[in-house]
Amino acid sequence: MKKDLTAWLCLLPAILFLGIFMIYPLVDVLVYSFEEGYNFASRSFWGTGLYNYAYVLHDPFFIQALKNTFIIVIITVPLSTGIALLISLGLSSVKALRDFFQTVFFLPYVTNTLAVGLVFMILFKKTAYSDGLISLLLQIFGGPSVDFIDGPYWAKMFAMCVYTIWIVMPFKILILTSALAGVNPMYYKAAQVDATPKWRIFYKITLPMISPMIFYLVITGFIGAFKAYSDEVALFGTDLNAAGMNTIVGYVYDMLYGNSGGYPSYASAAALILFAIVFTITVINLMVSRKTVFYQ
Amino acid sequence: MKIVLQHLTKRFPNRNKKIKEDVIAVNDFDLEIPDGKLIGLLGPSGCGKSTVLNLICGLEKPTEGRIFFGETEVTDLPPEKRGVGLVFQNYALYPHLSVYDNIKFPLENLRGSEKLTKEEMDARIREVVSLVQIDGLLERKPNELSGGQQQRVAIARALVKMPQVLLLDEPLSNLDARLRIQTREELKRIQVETGITTIFVTHDQEEAMSISDTIVVMKDGVLQQQGEPQEIYDEPVNLFVASFLGTPKINVFTGEIKNGQVCIDHMPVLEANGQADREVLVAVRPEGFVLDENGPLSCGFVSREVMGRDTSIVATHGDFQGERIRAIIPSEQEVSPENGMVRFSLKPHKVRIFDAKTQTRIKL
Ligand SMILES: Nc1ncnc2c1ncn2[C@@H]1O[C@H](COP(=O)(O)OP(=O)(O)OP(=O)(O)O)[C@@H](O)[C@H]1O
Ligand SMILES: [Mg+2]
Repeated sequence: MKKDLTAWLCLLPAILFLGIFMIYPLVDVLVYSFEEGYNFASRSFWGTGLYNYAYVLHDPFFIQALKNTFIIVIITVPLSTGIALLISLGLSSVKALRDFFQTVFFLPYVTNTLAVGLVFMILFKKTAYSDGLISLLLQIFGGPSVDFIDGPYWAKMFAMCVYTIWIVMPFKILILTSALAGVNPMYYKAAQVDATPKWRIFYKITLPMISPMIFYLVITGFIGAFKAYSDEVALFGTDLNAAGMNTIVGYVYDMLYGNSGGYPSYASAAALILFAIVFTITVINLMVSRKTVFYQ
Repeated sequence: MKIVLQHLTKRFPNRNKKIKEDVIAVNDFDLEIPDGKLIGLLGPSGCGKSTVLNLICGLEKPTEGRIFFGETEVTDLPPEKRGVGLVFQNYALYPHLSVYDNIKFPLENLRGSEKLTKEEMDARIREVVSLVQIDGLLERKPNELSGGQQQRVAIARALVKMPQVLLLDEPLSNLDARLRIQTREELKRIQVETGITTIFVTHDQEEAMSISDTIVVMKDGVLQQQGEPQEIYDEPVNLFVASFLGTPKINVFTGEIKNGQVCIDHMPVLEANGQADREVLVAVRPEGFVLDENGPLSCGFVSREVMGRDTSIVATHGDFQGERIRAIIPSEQEVSPENGMVRFSLKPHKVRIFDAKTQTRIKL
């Protein structure tokens, strides 16, 4: 009994903190999302029900945000993880200059997102003076002149995905290079003595050994991409609805504070829909991982 | 298959930049291993045993020297072309694969004319599995096995591709004393049954003595002596080999040869006809002492210890190199120290004489 009491006492600060800053707001959001016609000024509402959800799900801006978010998630998570794995494999097989390259690949991580955004603008944006570097390159190879920032939807989405991948890559490379370095070299030696082809060593030994880290990156990658917002602002400015590049979190933000803001109930409903999506995806991830991920 | 090592030398660049000298892990190593024999490679930690194995299997390239399997030179072949089976010091079983898949792993690498069908693989696996007796364990993961079982799986994995050379790097070092004795006997049985030329690395002299056809003793990368276990024990070429083999350790006294006699503390203990006078080291096996009231060797008595079937006398002597003399005597014999002293005479065939400077054997 006494031991229990001590344990609870020790946990108290954490519980209080979590309660105030996590559980209470969560419950609050849940409550908001069912209150219909909430009025900020009078703090009153007509009734309760699913109207907020119905509204959000029929809002074209929300549908657009949902579509954008899904496209970004589906393209950037596998691509960034795959490319990071390739780069990490390359890094761990070069001996000379490895530290140098590791630093180079890590630089974007410590660079401000908005600064990176600025660089991307220069690369992708069409201005009065220049078509943007990427567009110029395209034209050299006979392509059309494309404005990736204010142009057609697919061009904007392309720039967005490249940007997102670029931003998340350093962290993934860092994690994967250390995971690769953590594989005991004796397994490679054993495989070599047994005349194992290189691709098979990778597929049968390296991959399973680093699978927990890959899984970690995929799951945090999914969650991070679903919650994307600041990256979109960095490229397309704050009026994401106008640019057609809004995300779910961006939609929530707009509903609260944007030009069309002042609708905490709609924002809450959208936030809970996002929560449901992320939760489902994470559960699916966990279920898949139980079959494929190997823990030592 | 016969293995020949010619003037094999391996130098590693020194990581400590201040010391320019390379680490010489293996130094001018010459060895011929006859087909179908079990060789025990014996030496203290860091003497280059693992490096010799790595050179033979190709994981390391020699700095100098040549390696032959049979009549073919393999010095420049990569490990995958040499077809040796290697059991690592800590087994290196793939932790994410079941025992069955671990053993199957080398078979799945076979290509071209050697490629096996599923049924053939299965048959081969069943064969080695019953050889190393791990039939019930095939579905388990390596971390669900005891050390001894893991070791047998590692051997099975090395054997399954039917190598002509089997290399074992201290495979028993992780096992407890009982399991060690049991597994080493099984190892010997498997080796005899398969007739594979085997090199067995150990720093445990007893282990090497008990299962090897031939023992090779090395120190600081240099081959010291090669021969049958009993021969090495009885006729060591230098003091290092004499001290390295046998428990309790051989007892070494400083002494001299004078007027055709070996003396310790000016007392003649042994005949040495025709030998020139000089300083020597007198090494006596523990079983070489005989309690004798009139014996020439007078030692300070410390204690009498009974260890299983052996009774040993622990004693001291002014010219003894080391802490305590250990003499093994028949257990029924009484010890009666006089004024805290016991006297011994020595059995001539249990005494070996070495030059005090070079530490090489002086044959009497
Ligand atoms: N890759 C390497 N680089 C530098 N020095 C090395 C390397 N591998 C081994 N050595 C050195 O070579 C010597 C022999 O090492 P080796 O591993 O062959 O010893 P060993 O006899 O197997 O010892 P143990 O019984 O402890 O396993 C040691 O001094 C070791 O420090
Ligand atoms: Mg070793």
